Amino acid sequence: MPDERKKILEVHHLKQYFNVGKKDEVRAVDDVSFDIYEGETFGLVGESGSGKTTAGRSIIHLYEPTDGQIIFNGKDVSKLHTKAEMHEFRREIQMIFQDPYASLNPRMKVKDIVAEGIDIHNLAKDDADRTKRVEDLLETVGLNKDHSSRYPHEFSGGQRQRIGIARALAVEPKFIIADEPISALDVSIQAQVVNLMKELQEKQGLTYLFIAHDLSMVKYISDRIGVMHYGKILEIGPADEVYTHPLHAYTKSLISAVPVPDPEFERNRKQVVYDASREHDDKQRRMVEIAPGHFVRASEDEVEMYTKRAQDAGLVTDFPRN
Amino acid sequence: MENPENIIEVRNLQIDFHTYAGEVKAIRDVSFDLRKGETLAIVGESGSGKSVTTRSLMGLLAPNAVIKSGSIMFHDEDIIKKSEKDMQHIRGKDIAMIFQDPMTSLDPTMRIGLQIAEPLMKHKGLKKKEAVAQALEMLKLVGITDPENRINDYPYQFSGGMRQRIVIAIALVCYPEVLIADEPTTALDVTIQAQILDLMKDLQNRIDTSIIFITHDLGVVAGMADRVAVMYAGKIVEYGTVDEIFFNPQHPYTWGLLNSMPTLDTEGGSLSAIPGTPPDLLDPPVGDAFAARSDYAMKIDTEKEPPFFKVSDTHYAATWLLHPDAPKVTPPAEIVRRQKKFATMQKPEAPIKHETKE
Repeated sequence: MPDERKKILEVHHLKQYFNVGKKDEVRAVDDVSFDIYEGETFGLVGESGSGKTTAGRSIIHLYEPTDGQIIFNGKDVSKLHTKAEMHEFRREIQMIFQDPYASLNPRMKVKDIVAEGIDIHNLAKDDADRTKRVEDLLETVGLNKDHSSRYPHEFSGGQRQRIGIARALAVEPKFIIADEPISALDVSIQAQVVNLMKELQEKQGLTYLFIAHDLSMVKYISDRIGVMHYGKILEIGPADEVYTHPLHAYTKSLISAVPVPDPEFERNRKQVVYDASREHDDKQRRMVEIAPGHFVRASEDEVEMYTKRAQDAGLVTDFPRN
Repeated sequence: MENPENIIEVRNLQIDFHTYAGEVKAIRDVSFDLRKGETLAIVGESGSGKSVTTRSLMGLLAPNAVIKSGSIMFHDEDIIKKSEKDMQHIRGKDIAMIFQDPMTSLDPTMRIGLQIAEPLMKHKGLKKKEAVAQALEMLKLVGITDPENRINDYPYQFSGGMRQRIVIAIALVCYPEVLIADEPTTALDVTIQAQILDLMKDLQNRIDTSIIFITHDLGVVAGMADRVAVMYAGKIVEYGTVDEIFFNPQHPYTWGLLNSMPTLDTEGGSLSAIPGTPPDLLDPPVGDAFAARSDYAMKIDTEKEPPFFKVSDTHYAATWLLHPDAPKVTPPAEIVRRQKKFATMQKPEAPIKHETKE
């Protein structure tokens, strides 16, 4: 099924190794490919150590990727050599971090934190414009302009995360990588921040890469989900489909472990145990489109099994494979 | 003890913290019971007082905390009145605790075998050799593979989930009557969390301990708890059996908590967040502390504090909505759905556990 939507980000065979060639070489991200379409939210889930954060950081070029290609808005990121090109790239793509306590400089006032990107990219005409922009941004994220002369310690966790979002928005980015933006927050505040992110996406046409381990929240906010395990993506598909009809055994086990706020459901919980050793045979595996838009990392002889599963789940009736 | 089934009875507990800004009224008149063999979950946001409450059971309050009033009865004795020396005999032996972060609650310079053996030597007077032998049994019990070799390893040689197993082994090695678990799985991945929760349930059956489980994750509560107490702004606002709290909640704050989580069926639209932030306990609001964030607040909520109204023999909620003169309100749709389910629910069956291996 050809997709008419514009791809804003294409990741091809991204590899991010650390300590290359040494005894303790770590293949944090190992041959990962996915696309993100303009205006959508792509959720990247996985356990700690699965490489999801590293993947996000490689995309924004906080690390120099070992191999592979990252194409943002039609341009190959690894070929951005001049400072000016990198500068522009960093304006278009921004990051929101997990810990709202560690990611804001405690010695800077909120207005200077939010305006830092505005200053670096010379976006404000004069001081009055800078102040206006900061105040507008604070209002956008649900804070008020009186907050601009305060310091981060005067805010609660949820408010700090709003400041972090305002800072990311300050440079008018197209694409935001949100690395576990809500996992440090209380349940009632999580919903506030998620709602804010959704609202901003609708108003400003933002695209999100949402990295998280909380599957229920990821499913809720994302249009499509990629599941990572040991540096590889095992399954990609529409959020609802991956969540309700997971094809890969690892995705099944991950979803079966999510606690559900329903005692009756919990009493009858079926926990699926995943045996990772099956991935370590010598078979070649690649991402295969099992159902429309639903990919699974499979070897040639596994394709049939996954197709059968997809058919049983009603995801595919007569899908031509190429 | 008022009730022989209870192992702990907390009555009218009030705890303040002295700070530069003034007195923070962290716990404001909290009462609850812990029954023998049950798991009581205390749910609430950060700052609601759930951790302070349980730390007071252990005699582990910060130096600037003052217990203004109340009693904590354990074996017909008031823990509050006990000296630090007496507490050292209770702590780790009769009442044990598991903390959130398994890295900071283990001693990085001590072999794990000795860390597990330490409470046995201290409380039961065992010789080192016997204690280490029992520690080995405990390691097997909490599911550490190859325990004979790993008993001499240091904490850094274990993963987060394995470390939390070791913390559990230390807490349970003296077979305590009460285990306090303060967000024991919050730092862990969901798959590891599921393993640790299963382990705790299994061990609870084996050594017959009562558990106070503190968490903000309602999903975990649903799977672990027999009874639930919901805390807000230093008070318990609702308590009942796990089914009563999840399927027939009465307090608007409990509604808000259950409603702000996406469920399996949540589709599109926006989540129903609870607006605003919890109140400042330097100067707690008059009346129902949740009123400022509640869509269901009435005039009386800002004037007078609601008492507990009885919903059933086991279920009480502190909200004026339950007063006979209160207007009838319709809870959020998700809560109505849950209440409908409650009405049709049969008597819960015994927990079944399926494991399918793939």
